[in-house]
Amino acid sequence: MDIFLRYLQVFLVGGIVCFIGQILINKTKMTSARILVLFLALGVVLEAVGAFRYIKEFGSSGITVPIIGFGSSLAKGAIEGAKYGIIPAVLGGLQKVAGGLTAAIVFGFIFSVVFKSKTKRM
Amino acid sequence: MIDKTAYSEYVQKTVPRTKELKTLVTAFISGGIICMIGEAFLDLYTHTLPMLGQEEIATLTTITMIFIGGFLTAIGLYDKLGKHCGAGTIIPITGFANSIVSPAIEFNREGVFQGVMSKMFDIAGPVIVSGVTLSAIVGIIFYLIEVFA
Repeated sequence: MDIFLRYLQVFLVGGIVCFIGQILINKTKMTSARILVLFLALGVVLEAVGAFRYIKEFGSSGITVPIIGFGSSLAKGAIEGAKYGIIPAVLGGLQKVAGGLTAAIVFGFIFSVVFKSKTKRM
Repeated sequence: MIDKTAYSEYVQKTVPRTKELKTLVTAFISGGIICMIGEAFLDLYTHTLPMLGQEEIATLTTITMIFIGGFLTAIGLYDKLGKHCGAGTIIPITGFANSIVSPAIEFNREGVFQGVMSKMFDIAGPVIVSGVTLSAIVGIIFYLIEVFA
């Protein structure tokens, strides 16, 4: 029952995030690049003001899987680095997301070379 | 003849209402489901790889989601889902992978350099640039707080 409740919370938080995004798309006709940047920036801000931790406690993957989580990791790395000096503060963000970014670039590159365009056949 | 602006206003008023409502529902459900899949991988890795720390497991989950998003895009499924799910497939990290693979595959006939390697950052470029810049700014602010407070 405990696990059921947790997955429900994940579903709700993740759903609400995407729901808000869809409202923005419907009302402003934003492109996906702008939506992604906006939610990434939101994640940075939420982490910087310390609110992200509380949402994560409740929603777990519901808030970390959306790109908000990527923004939060960037800010978190920078904030942790700031304790050790100016250079770790500036580099910390990228270090924190290095895994995800590397995966995105490497997998993205491999998939794009191996698979052919689907639209081409039409 | 109905004049053009009056007609488009009429269309605006009548058509999108139900469609807008539908996109909100599908975005909510698909976004929620993708996040639950992420949670499932988080649980799976926590149980099967006890030697890894919390942070490494979170990174591994992100990598897995990016792999899935990229793969589903490569086989042409993710963009089909995206037509119905909108923000529900854009905002999760799988959507970030989609934003890299989708334009890269579309332009891979233009070659590896001009096509794949540059087009893969059509959408991801702004995301990475703004993300890294913001994190550097946050880092400097928190460093200054650390020094002066």
